Amino acid sequence: MALEKITSISGRAVCVPGNDIDTDRIIPARFMKCVTFDGLGEFLFHDVRRNPDGTDRPHPLNELRFKGATILLSGANFGCGSSREHAPQAIQKSGFKAVVAESFAEIFFGNCTTLGLPCFEAAREDIARIAAAAEKDPHTVVIADVAQQEIRFGGQTVKARVRASARDALVNGRWDAIGELLEGIPAVRATAARLPYSQ
Amino acid sequence: MATSLFQKVWDAHAVRTLANGQTQLLIGTHLIHEVTSPQAFGMLRDLKLKVAMPHRTFATVDHIIPTDQLAEPYRDPLAQAMMDELRRSCAEFGITFFDRATGKQGIVHIVGPEQGITQPGTTIACGDSHTSTHGAFGAIAFGIGTTQIRDVLATQTMALGKLKVRRINVTGRLQPGVYAKDVILHIIRRLGVNGGTGFAYEYGGEVFDRFTMEERMTVCNMSIEGGARAGYVNPDATTFAYLKGRPYAPQGAAWDAAVLGWRQCASDPGCHYDDVVNMAAADIAPTVTWGINPGQGIAINETIPDPAKATAVDEKASIEEALAYMKLKPGAPIKGTRIDVAFIGSCTNGRLSDFQEVARFMRGKKVAPGVKAIAVPGSQIVALQCEKLGLDRVLSEAGFEWRAAGCSMCLAMNPDKLIGDQLCASSSNRNFKGRQGSPTGRTLLMSPLMVAAAAVTGSVADAREVFALPGA
Repeated sequence: MALEKITSISGRAVCVPGNDIDTDRIIPARFMKCVTFDGLGEFLFHDVRRNPDGTDRPHPLNELRFKGATILLSGANFGCGSSREHAPQAIQKSGFKAVVAESFAEIFFGNCTTLGLPCFEAAREDIARIAAAAEKDPHTVVIADVAQQEIRFGGQTVKARVRASARDALVNGRWDAIGELLEGIPAVRATAARLPYSQ
Repeated sequence: MATSLFQKVWDAHAVRTLANGQTQLLIGTHLIHEVTSPQAFGMLRDLKLKVAMPHRTFATVDHIIPTDQLAEPYRDPLAQAMMDELRRSCAEFGITFFDRATGKQGIVHIVGPEQGITQPGTTIACGDSHTSTHGAFGAIAFGIGTTQIRDVLATQTMALGKLKVRRINVTGRLQPGVYAKDVILHIIRRLGVNGGTGFAYEYGGEVFDRFTMEERMTVCNMSIEGGARAGYVNPDATTFAYLKGRPYAPQGAAWDAAVLGWRQCASDPGCHYDDVVNMAAADIAPTVTWGINPGQGIAINETIPDPAKATAVDEKASIEEALAYMKLKPGAPIKGTRIDVAFIGSCTNGRLSDFQEVARFMRGKKVAPGVKAIAVPGSQIVALQCEKLGLDRVLSEAGFEWRAAGCSMCLAMNPDKLIGDQLCASSSNRNFKGRQGSPTGRTLLMSPLMVAAAAVTGSVADAREVFALPGA
């Protein structure tokens, strides 16, 4: 199964500020009543973007000037809470190709990587600089470079870490582990046979 | 060499190192439910793969199940579709399904332990972040996403980086009216909602030694709310006594051999931990959250934080955001805050002992007028145990609605939801914005007895005062 080698993402950025943005906020639980992930993109951040009557609330993702942005910026502990893959699926299906935050919650990070959605960890002031550039000119081209672990925009370059295992998986096109896990099946059987409980 | 339980279990289940440096880890027990697995089965079919170890895979239905309607079809066609999908997949792939008709249905993290499927020294995965609950038995249990569910279905393994281990000691004895829920809310308040990132938490010390299995489960359950992907307690005589005789526990001679193995998987004295944190039980009071994440908690006698007094810029902003959402006043006591709804249940606090403790004090008491109070047993077995003891009658007579088993208002994927900006005293695990089904609904997390106290007085109250416990 040949997967795309994800070395760098080039596009426009939008910032959804705040720390501890949880997966319930990214995709409220009622939208998980589905048997496929299709169509989840339209519910991204639904309850902070829409009023009960369906009209828009002020939110960066509702601003026309940020439409088409592919790089999502945020704060610390992004994606905390539930393990729902519906959260990264909603982010990806609404067109985002990378997330840049100060830090990520563990399960969310793993879920994103498995979908080929790189998560960059950057310093708060650097994220603020990217956000300021996008704010000033939403058409600013931002290049999030997985291989080089840096983000380039408007003549500036900032460091942005991508964890070694995720970086390796993304740049070498093995972010979906299923192929490799299946190759290991004989070894899996051997390991299981050594355990007292798994027969 | 002295080794931690985490290390021993990891080593026993490590199949091989993958190209990116992660480990292919064998998952001994895979638990599934209706919300996060349908897409995984879909992926499996697309790839024309089978379930590698159907006999190590167990299913139940919990998130979407109505608690006030037993007969199918459910009023919500989407809920029925998810139910049908799980039933179909379990039949197709030969997976044991604890459906309602078996009498063993319930919240997945309650069903696993009560069936004796959850055992020490094992690895467990489930598409739900509260899988950490199973760590109470000395298992290493991971919440996973749907693509990883596919991986575990297809290979009984997943790709994972190793965690560090933080030992958390809670020494001394808890005061009356202070519960396991208060312990974990206190830990998360102290270490932060992301303090556990990259760690498994090993809980120990006198408090955990004394805890029942149900209390240990309450604490391990909320490890993820502190950012720790897994949390566990070393197995001991309490663990073995709980498991003995349960349907999936080893029997006869196999039982003795299993116990021997379980003893050996506990952390060795003097083993290395990446971090150690000590806390005193005496410092833990009945705790209530006031904000929009589980780390935003205070003791019942404290006042709601004032952003003007915050020392860090971040702290100020997060207090302001939380108070704006919660419609609470800075500097005011949390005690006396009027509530609209009282919810007792969830994988955190929906077990027999939770209802026993509440019923013990609710006898002869009444839920305050205007408060909607619901009690939702975590499983059909918990419901039956409660009903045999007459706890359902005590709670019903007091004004609680006694419901059928499920996740219910913890995340409101079923019809049990807050309306508008209702304020809910809740024994569940998350107080995120909109968590309980209304985009403006508000949640205060607390122990079941504190929920009962709030239900009786119609406002946040100190259970020790309401129920005349010593130490108030």
